[in-house]
Amino acid sequence: MRLSLGRWLLPLYVVLAFVFLVTPIVHVVIYSFNGSRRNNSIWNGWTLDNWLNVCDAQGICEAFGTSVGVGVVATFIATVLGTLLAIALGRYRFRGRGTTSLLLFLPMATPEVVLGAGLAAQFLAVGVPKGFWTIVIVHALFCLSFVVVTVKARVASLDPALEEAGRDLYGSGSQVFWRVTLPLLTPGIVAAALLSFALSFDDFIITKFNAGQVTTFPLWIYTKKTPPAEANVIASAIFVLAIVAVVVVQVVAAARRKRLGIVP
Amino acid sequence: MAFAAFGGPGAAAAATAEPAPLRKGWIAIGLLAPGLAYLLLFFLAPLVSLLLTSLQVAPEGAGKGEYVPGLEWGNYAQVIAAYWPHILRSLGYALIATVLALVIGYPIAYFIGVTARRWPLVQALSLTLVIAPFFISFLLRTLAWKQLLGDNSWIAQTLHGLGWLPASENIVGTPFSVVFGLTYNFIPFMVLPIYASLERLDRRYLEAGNDLYAGPSTTFWRVTLPLSMPGVVSGTLLTFIPASGDYINASQIYLGSPQTAMVGNVIDRTFLESQQYPVAAALSALLMGIILVIVAIYVRRSGTEELL
Repeated sequence: MRLSLGRWLLPLYVVLAFVFLVTPIVHVVIYSFNGSRRNNSIWNGWTLDNWLNVCDAQGICEAFGTSVGVGVVATFIATVLGTLLAIALGRYRFRGRGTTSLLLFLPMATPEVVLGAGLAAQFLAVGVPKGFWTIVIVHALFCLSFVVVTVKARVASLDPALEEAGRDLYGSGSQVFWRVTLPLLTPGIVAAALLSFALSFDDFIITKFNAGQVTTFPLWIYTKKTPPAEANVIASAIFVLAIVAVVVVQVVAAARRKRLGIVP
Repeated sequence: MAFAAFGGPGAAAAATAEPAPLRKGWIAIGLLAPGLAYLLLFFLAPLVSLLLTSLQVAPEGAGKGEYVPGLEWGNYAQVIAAYWPHILRSLGYALIATVLALVIGYPIAYFIGVTARRWPLVQALSLTLVIAPFFISFLLRTLAWKQLLGDNSWIAQTLHGLGWLPASENIVGTPFSVVFGLTYNFIPFMVLPIYASLERLDRRYLEAGNDLYAGPSTTFWRVTLPLSMPGVVSGTLLTFIPASGDYINASQIYLGSPQTAMVGNVIDRTFLESQQYPVAAALSALLMGIILVIVAIYVRRSGTEELL
């Protein structure tokens, strides 16, 4: 009897937890259809206007564009540097390997406000004006550690026999890398890039310290006491796109496993 | 799974697959150099800058934000005297939020990683739900809670009606709502690493526990939990660290009030508004130092070496 109660208790608990997790998301999405254009904290009936005229809210589309631009460049930098580091850490044993790992862990152990203030102090000391590129630099920095963790996990789970097979078949070092290692690492790299972009796009604290006059999407939201429904539209659209991307990645991964005959 | 990133599903595999011995050392150096240079330039150098800034002094008759290099260790004493409640509050809120996130998050991770194994679709869907908050703007979802818990919300009205909340009091602006927001916002960071370590858990260990006449709870406390400790350690760190530095939840326009200001609020204000750079820098350095000490003790105690 106790067992059957326990059997239902966990799923019930998890369902409640999911309701908790999803509640504010649903709220944000619903309020993107709010007919009240002045104050989006009061419900005023359904409308599609906000979705059709997103850019009506002044500066929102510029801010969105800036965020996408920062996200793409920062993700590129972090993914390239992070992948190289992950391969080195996963494949080679060298003096200072532990120190390198620690150094990569440290940015994750640093609260955002400290990272943000640190870089801002640095830019101030060196006399670099804050703007688009300082945001890119900070974003790439905090994404880097997450890329390394994600890709390194993939490197570690690679079967060394596959690369050996490549060499046995007279593949040169670079051929083995480009035709065997890199394709096998791709799922990890894609996941890392998606994660980086998500982290960069949504970052507020570090950005606030290093943005100067530039406005990213989160900074734009912050300047409004009650952000207009257009902000909800953009957030909701991003949300839907991201969920679709995650589902596609999963379906592709599942198909790949099936094709390669790997039983999960 | 794409975003089961933290803790990494390969962490265990890393332990078994020994890295190749030192071969082609120059390749390793080539792979490492760009990333390490980046970290040196944009992580270590700024930390040094921060320390130097924290020791700066204002010269006679200096204007706002004007400081000269110095060695004023008194800045730290001054900052501690003025802001110790904020520091303690930050650590306290972060600690409570971490414990709550663990209590809420562990069963979710267990469900996805162990119970739902038989149903890949349920597993995939649940994981997507866990990471869903990542994709909706952090600020907007926190504002959504502000409305959902607000004075006129049905939640507040119900609590008033039941007499659990005095009519004169609100939810938003209290320590409760700040901790609530912190907990909510960092649950995914807790669930993912625990899930990653539970996913690798061999069910036969659980069956073995059962065969040895251990009840479900004994099996859990003696087998499952110890095996998932690496995930619990990374999850609690990934929750505690950002939570202690966060200041959105605690800020007045979100879920807090002046009485709930955390150390991040002070750093933001002193650095960006009043431009008291040494004060902000000293507080940042102090926070960083406290966190490093806590992390070092915690990691040593829990016996988990491989964090990354």
